[in-house]
Amino acid sequence: MHNLAELQLTKNGELRHFLTPEGLDRLMLERILDTADSFVVVGNQEVKKVPLLRGRTVVNLFFENSTRTRSTFELAAKRLSADVLTLDIKTSATSKGESLLDTLQNLRAMHSDMFVVRHGDSGAAHFIAEQVTPDVAIINAGDGRHAHPTQAMLDMLTIRRHKGKFEPLSVAIVGDILHSRVARDQIHALKTLGCTDIRLVGPNTLMPQGIDSMGATTHNNMESGIDGADVVIMLRLQTERMASAFLPSAGEYFRLYGLTTERLAQAKPDAIVMHPGPINRGIEIESAVADGPQSMILNQVGYGIALRMAVMSMAMSGQMQQRQAQALVSSSLKGEAQP
Amino acid sequence: MGATQHPQHPQLADTPALISSLLAQIDHLIITQKLDQPLVVGIHTGGVWLAKVIAEHLNAPLGQLDIAFYRDDFSKNGLHPQVSPSSLPFNINDRHLLLIDDVLMSGRTIRAAMNELFDFGRPASIKLATLCSVNQRELPIQPDACALTLDLKAGQYLKLDGPDPLKLSIIEQANHA
Repeated sequence: MHNLAELQLTKNGELRHFLTPEGLDRLMLERILDTADSFVVVGNQEVKKVPLLRGRTVVNLFFENSTRTRSTFELAAKRLSADVLTLDIKTSATSKGESLLDTLQNLRAMHSDMFVVRHGDSGAAHFIAEQVTPDVAIINAGDGRHAHPTQAMLDMLTIRRHKGKFEPLSVAIVGDILHSRVARDQIHALKTLGCTDIRLVGPNTLMPQGIDSMGATTHNNMESGIDGADVVIMLRLQTERMASAFLPSAGEYFRLYGLTTERLAQAKPDAIVMHPGPINRGIEIESAVADGPQSMILNQVGYGIALRMAVMSMAMSGQMQQRQAQALVSSSLKGEAQP
Repeated sequence: MGATQHPQHPQLADTPALISSLLAQIDHLIITQKLDQPLVVGIHTGGVWLAKVIAEHLNAPLGQLDIAFYRDDFSKNGLHPQVSPSSLPFNINDRHLLLIDDVLMSGRTIRAAMNELFDFGRPASIKLATLCSVNQRELPIQPDACALTLDLKAGQYLKLDGPDPLKLSIIEQANHA
């Protein structure tokens, strides 16, 4: 496996691609959260825009549908004053027979500075960053069941803004851990940021094998899983991903793992409830909880834009510095060749 | 020290005297320019410390700007690692603003600050007050109130330490030939 720190950072340790929190140290994750904190304020300005990425081109490459992620990335890029192009790849070039590599090389030839990549296959964004266009900043907007780092980090931002330090917190992640692309990244990020009590709650059929080796405890019982928790993160039941019968029925799932007001009482009285959305009311979560005072679901949407602005501006900054360093090296090499 | 000072101004070393001089100039500016109920806005970090003193003196509301997202050297120097959020706890539309920074040099910080201010609204006017102005302007921006104007040698720059007490001093860059 390639070195994830080396792939994502410049020689000076600046972020240049954001593919997964794995391989990034605590200082870098905290820098991402600090930067996102200051972008939260921009959303309250009369003009909700800063000129940071003016003249830069961001291309959203969505190989699979995700309205929410796509629209928040688009809005984040626009609030940074970048020019944004959103390509729904499924319905465009590839259906005319153009290969992925050709599509990417064409976009690169248009002087794109950043690709935001959403793909159904695990490792797609890594592959592009490593093999195809290393000089274009790559942001992973979700790949297969592997990673969804901006969702995980916006969850970290939500927790830090509402609960403060990670060390004393008990965090329960509930639901379809197996098909979730975000659970792995959440565990990595929580561990790196100092959280020591991470609980994964769900039926055995939705729990990946060997997940406890990541430093989290697994619980099949919802009540004991969220007992005394400070944070309850509900995952969406990925019904469209469930090829075979992992569960008897949605009703059965709600009976065992649905977050109801009654169950939430097991957690700390000031516990916060999070969900990446879109929520399936009455399947993972009761409406009274989703719309209740402990729910962070709508706050998460706003934080998502700020967090995406942060990683986009940081990766763009790192990528530009890397390019300048390379230009300097190549011009000095030319200088030697022509004395 | 190597800096040429205008003899009629307070000495660089006497920061309290510089601040008194600046406050007197601001009082004068407010009267002559008829600045009704001005709002004070400081630029992070030294400008905010100074703005606090000025806001207390005028009994005026205080806001603060971090211009990191508006700088013109992003592609050269990247994103500043520590950005503290801007906070303007008032509506600036049709109000007179006193923009405060500790040291005015190239003028680029002030340009960035004005760009940011206009993203919060359309003020009636903006006046610029700085403790010290160094004759190294790269943009057509001049202070309306300023306690001290200086020439500096290459490798020298001014630094305001604070917030309590505020102390302005000349720093020599160690590695400068």
